[in-house]
Amino acid sequence: MSEYRIQGATGEWEVVIGLEVHAQVTSQAKLFSGAATAFGAEPNTQVSLVDAAMPGMLPVPNRECIRQAVRTGMAIKAQINKWSRFDRKNYFYADLPQGYQISQLYHPLVGEGAIEISLDEKNPDAQVKTIGIERIHVEQDAGKLMHDQHPTRSYVDLNRSGVALMEIVSKPDMRSPAEAGAYLSKLRTILRYVGSCDGNMDQGSMRADVNVSVRKPGEPFGTRTETKNVNSVRFVMAVVEHEASRQVDVLEAGGKVVQETRLYDPDKNETRSMRSKEDAHDYRYFPDPDLLPLELDDAFLEECRQSLPELPDAKRQRYEQALGLSAYNAATLTADADTARWFEALLAEGARIQKKSEGEVAKASANWLLSELYGALNRLGKTLEESPVSPEEGAELLALIADGTISGTIAKQVFEIMLETGDSAPRIVEEKGLKQTSDTGAIEAAVAKVLADNADKVEQYKAGKEALFGFFVGQTMKAMQGKANPQVVNELIRKALA
Amino acid sequence: MTNLTDLTVAEIRDGFRAGDFSAREVAAAFNANVAAAKALNAFIVETPEKALEAADAADRARAAGEALKPLSGVPIGMKDLFCTEGVQTTAASHMLEGFKPTYESTVSKKLWDAGAGMLGKLNLDQFAMGSSNETSYYGNVISPWRRGGGDNAALAPGGSSGGSSAAISARLCPAATGTDTGGSIRQPAAFTGISGIKPTYGRCSRWGIVAFASSLDQAGPMARTVRDNAILLESMAGFDPKDSTSLDLAVPQWEASLSSDLRGKKVGIPREYRPDGLNAEIAALWDRGIEWLKDAGAEVVEVSLPHTKYALPTYYIIAPAEASSNLARYDGVRYGQRDLPDGAGLQDMYAATRAAGFGPEVKRRIMIGTYVLSAGFYDAYYTQAQKVRALIARDFDQAFEKCDLLLTPTAPSASFALGEKQADPLAMYLNDVFTVPASLAGLPAIAVPGGLDAQGLPLGLQIIGKALDEQTVLNAGLAIEERAGFAARPEKWW
Repeated sequence: MSEYRIQGATGEWEVVIGLEVHAQVTSQAKLFSGAATAFGAEPNTQVSLVDAAMPGMLPVPNRECIRQAVRTGMAIKAQINKWSRFDRKNYFYADLPQGYQISQLYHPLVGEGAIEISLDEKNPDAQVKTIGIERIHVEQDAGKLMHDQHPTRSYVDLNRSGVALMEIVSKPDMRSPAEAGAYLSKLRTILRYVGSCDGNMDQGSMRADVNVSVRKPGEPFGTRTETKNVNSVRFVMAVVEHEASRQVDVLEAGGKVVQETRLYDPDKNETRSMRSKEDAHDYRYFPDPDLLPLELDDAFLEECRQSLPELPDAKRQRYEQALGLSAYNAATLTADADTARWFEALLAEGARIQKKSEGEVAKASANWLLSELYGALNRLGKTLEESPVSPEEGAELLALIADGTISGTIAKQVFEIMLETGDSAPRIVEEKGLKQTSDTGAIEAAVAKVLADNADKVEQYKAGKEALFGFFVGQTMKAMQGKANPQVVNELIRKALA
Repeated sequence: MTNLTDLTVAEIRDGFRAGDFSAREVAAAFNANVAAAKALNAFIVETPEKALEAADAADRARAAGEALKPLSGVPIGMKDLFCTEGVQTTAASHMLEGFKPTYESTVSKKLWDAGAGMLGKLNLDQFAMGSSNETSYYGNVISPWRRGGGDNAALAPGGSSGGSSAAISARLCPAATGTDTGGSIRQPAAFTGISGIKPTYGRCSRWGIVAFASSLDQAGPMARTVRDNAILLESMAGFDPKDSTSLDLAVPQWEASLSSDLRGKKVGIPREYRPDGLNAEIAALWDRGIEWLKDAGAEVVEVSLPHTKYALPTYYIIAPAEASSNLARYDGVRYGQRDLPDGAGLQDMYAATRAAGFGPEVKRRIMIGTYVLSAGFYDAYYTQAQKVRALIARDFDQAFEKCDLLLTPTAPSASFALGEKQADPLAMYLNDVFTVPASLAGLPAIAVPGGLDAQGLPLGLQIIGKALDEQTVLNAGLAIEERAGFAARPEKWW
């Protein structure tokens, strides 16, 4: 891929990007309290005394949240710090009941790691770039202010107050909007595989702070801005694009980029200044004296490691190498944990009923899922999770094709009926009499009729226009209503024309 | 008939069990003393009905022949820093005026579960910040003690647990809870001629206690005898999964193991606690204390705690730093005081609420704490203080290689007149000079009365022990108690 460069009046500029991603940890309870974490609950119904910071309340770390963050760290091959500590980040705001956020500044749970991103979708192995991860720390989320409930008052909803977040901080290793987008997508994929975050960006389970600076290639880093709370891959790419060209404009006009926090307005597709470094808070970080340092033992780490699923890169390689799928198909099937899970269920069931190895049924299964099923779901506006056909039912359909009971053409019809009625493939084939015939007598009669009806074409064929062979096959199949075994048809036509 | 309010906790417990009197009689007698002692201002809220309710339950249980609880029949006072369900909990601040928790602190719940009844919520220095009780929003407690010779100056009961100390010495309750961050149990105990123990950090749950400085705060009992302290502490201590810093250890049977026989024990006398200009009467009492412990069979050795002189400045960095953050939650948004001037925005509300809700000493400490944590000063103050704190703890570790316990004075002087030190916060802070080091090291320490000074005011001695060795601390306290024979009590003037 050619390098991403912004053409300015004074020459080319390079953009430097780092992302801080806040990912909500999947857990029944909050980071330091027993309160539940359900999304979309009535305001202030998921709040414990600790979350509301009542006098004398104390935080107690939730083991599951720590476990999920450790597993995430392991999935990005990061250093897991067996000794870490929580710090208080002090500031006043109405959505922050304690007057401080419990976070980890000085000694984060997870240290350096890395993620590999592919820059060419069609050929995922062609351009791979490693993006460094600086750290992952765990911290509490704040509550939410509601300004639309009363003409003169604001209300506070503390449901999110105290919910566990992982802050995943990348190194400034990205150089284009596409790289930033690919990084965020890949990170989301990994989190969903690990199960440590549901990755629902529209529900706020994952959001990114986008750090952008520009420089002339080869020069030191420029001054960066940080655009807060960007909540989709597309918006992250837009922020990078917009912010980089804004900074180039500022610099080329002789100005200086101000280190500041900015907000993205998706409606106008622009960022605007929120606060500059000068009025930045002094957060007065210090170790939280209510909490002991977090010390992890080997047994806990081993359990975390054992519980990790096969991760996307390893899965993609296995699909290519062990299952013989194309790089593109392997990448597509592994890009999302749910897709891979669906595919593997289809594969397992297919292998079981066809009494074959998974490798033997893999290609047909992948092709069917990516073309037939995806096509149908697109048409219906449904996700894979909402598919009216289950992996088991799909496998039954594929088995009928594989053992020659129906042809590919008939399979398409059967699939349509499955989608409409919910009936199983074997039952549809049985009831509608769609079984493919290998009865040579019937096929011979059909072939004879086709050749007789098209005597002129037979002449042409015999004169050398061999492409007409396909025409005869098609006409015969049509006459047989698609139920003839194509191999037998081919054979009989060849014989008749000889 | 014996005056019930002169009885110790052990005597009430045993007398009630023996059927010498009913629990209701005891509660009623103390309720009457509380009601008649308004002049001391020891209570912020009186709860005579709670005391009677617990007493009646105890009487019913005894009548029914049911098993009695460790504190059945014993009414106590509760420092108003412990959250009590449905009963106003203020930390002696305007900020929390009217605040009635929907929950009960772990320590108070353990006491109620052990059968104790509540006489009321005891006054204290605001948010436990102070050494004289003068920072309470509800007016200072007045010590029941007076100087001899017709000097009627109102004296400080010590602080921050001054309501507790005054109420116990005035026989308004046989025992009470205290909390100790830098000496808040021990110094008021010394000022009023009673005993009080700060156990090892982590022995008592902090859950439900309004926080001052989390890494130092520790609850403990206050009473007239060492035995009573042992009895109460057994009910107060214990692991609490709701407090991450609470120790997951069984609670020893301190009372059953009480013994004033100190043979085989070595008592360390830290030379740094005898600075030039140490009050002569305090020094003399300390010497008597050494003799008493020798008499009890202990061997006495001199030890050194070289970083002692840094303890006070270290404490006055760490405690305010933690307090500045712990008190951020009092913002007027969810509970307690809210000042909302016309047209005020959020920041204005914070400013107005906190300006009105906190007293001057609390504000001073919030400002000190905010300063020492701020960018550019953090390393010079907070980081440095944490290092010194570690050195102070190491001093104790090294001293305890040579001895089993330490004997020191509790406070550098007897009680002083109210108003005397208010103008000079630093002079006030010096009150904690002997108590703060053990707090920084998280060690158990008891204050026991040793005698009276020339003006007839109580002076106390302090025993500091190894971590988790409350037993030796209590035993040495008992040895002093037996030999000092401290029987003085304030003459009733209120």
